[in-house]
Amino acid sequence: MKKWLIPVIVIALIAFALYNWAVGFNNTAVTYEADAKTAWSNVESSYQRRNDLIGNLVKTVQGAADFERSTLTDVIEARAKATSTNIDVSNITPENMAQFQQAQSGLSGALSKLLVSVERYPELKANQNFLELQSQLEGTENRINVARDRYNEKVNIYDIHISKFPGTILAGWFGFEDMPRYNSDPGSENAVDVNFDF
Amino acid sequence: MYKHKHITFQILFLLVLAMPLLGMAQYEIPEKPEFQTSVYDEEIKLLSPSEKSYLEDKLIRYSDSTSTQIVIAIISSTNGEYINYLGAQWGEKWGIGQADKDNGIFILLARDDRKINISTGLGTEHLLTDAMSKRIINNDIIPYFKRNDYYGGLNRATDAIFEVMTGEYQGTRQTSDDGSPIGFLFFLAIIFIIFVITISKSNGGNGGSGGHRSGSGGLLEAIILSNLGRGSYSKGSSGGFGGFGGGSSGGGFGGGFGGGSFGGGGASGGW
Repeated sequence: MKKWLIPVIVIALIAFALYNWAVGFNNTAVTYEADAKTAWSNVESSYQRRNDLIGNLVKTVQGAADFERSTLTDVIEARAKATSTNIDVSNITPENMAQFQQAQSGLSGALSKLLVSVERYPELKANQNFLELQSQLEGTENRINVARDRYNEKVNIYDIHISKFPGTILAGWFGFEDMPRYNSDPGSENAVDVNFDF
Repeated sequence: MYKHKHITFQILFLLVLAMPLLGMAQYEIPEKPEFQTSVYDEEIKLLSPSEKSYLEDKLIRYSDSTSTQIVIAIISSTNGEYINYLGAQWGEKWGIGQADKDNGIFILLARDDRKINISTGLGTEHLLTDAMSKRIINNDIIPYFKRNDYYGGLNRATDAIFEVMTGEYQGTRQTSDDGSPIGFLFFLAIIFIIFVITISKSNGGNGGSGGHRSGSGGLLEAIILSNLGRGSYSKGSSGGFGGFGGGSSGGGFGGGFGGGSFGGGGASGGW
């Protein structure tokens, strides 16, 4: 009787330890993943905030001055595209991310063109509404930067957790995949320079 | 021979690794200080000691009465870092403001860059909006700074922030601060009533335990009275007894930085 009892106990202990390890790994990974997803939704809501502000900006510009059509249309179209490009939080893939980034940087480009051409409209530059929107936009660009960096930090923690040996074996079984980082594409870091000195 | 080559390669490799670090001249945010107060001017001593302590006292008193922590840090330069970004990360790292309200405000002044930033905590940005921060910077701070009156600008800025924040902030304090003692008192009152009823009932059957009754009743009364006292104290600090703030001022923030969070809101300006 004793002969088989000891190996059984040893096996049971090992199994228990393995089980504990797997549970611990899984739960930590789930937490990190959720943190990263929350950080991502902050990125999206910052961008959403910018889209809303740009909507108001376009209205103000239209109302205040006989502004050149083509620049405005560019912004409106880029904004529509950026608003429709959203990422489902449970499905952040590098392809989705690239698409999102492309749409947003398209909008950044159109917006900076708009802000440059505003220079030619002195009455618009002095418009109180426009000035307020501009400082809100400046703050929002900063929010976006902060949110993006925090997202990358969270993804970093998560990716390290699931890529390190031996956890990486379990990550494969449980279906944890690397989350993509938000890379700023060349030239878009200082996308919109809304620092006007009056 | 082979070993020597190997070491050279390693050194080269390390240099290549270090290159991007050398290129990035970033401002290193200081560690959260041991002594957590409202004005940090150790680096360039822009303010005179009396100006500094006046501002410090003023902001600590404000924090004592509203729990909103306003911190001013003065540095020479951000080393090329965007000041709005630096301000937000700094406020977040130090955890200025209360954790549950995120009601911190961080003012960063970089003298040699001639730039100032107001970063708003997540719980203050609905009142002190980006546009409002910009307006304070342009209307209240820059005119003083242009005359090299740094203290005047900062002093005026804090007054302006107080004005902006008082509008609505007392409203939220009412529910969060005064609500809980009332609930607690109500709970105590119910327990007290039940207690009195049971005592009076058992008293009717057993006259001998009279002495015991008065003893525990006194204890309960003392607890309730002391709680009543606490309730009126917290109300008093919101405006009633102005003298209370004096006790803790000069000693930094009562509980230190509370762990408030910054999302990047705010504005900056140059002069």
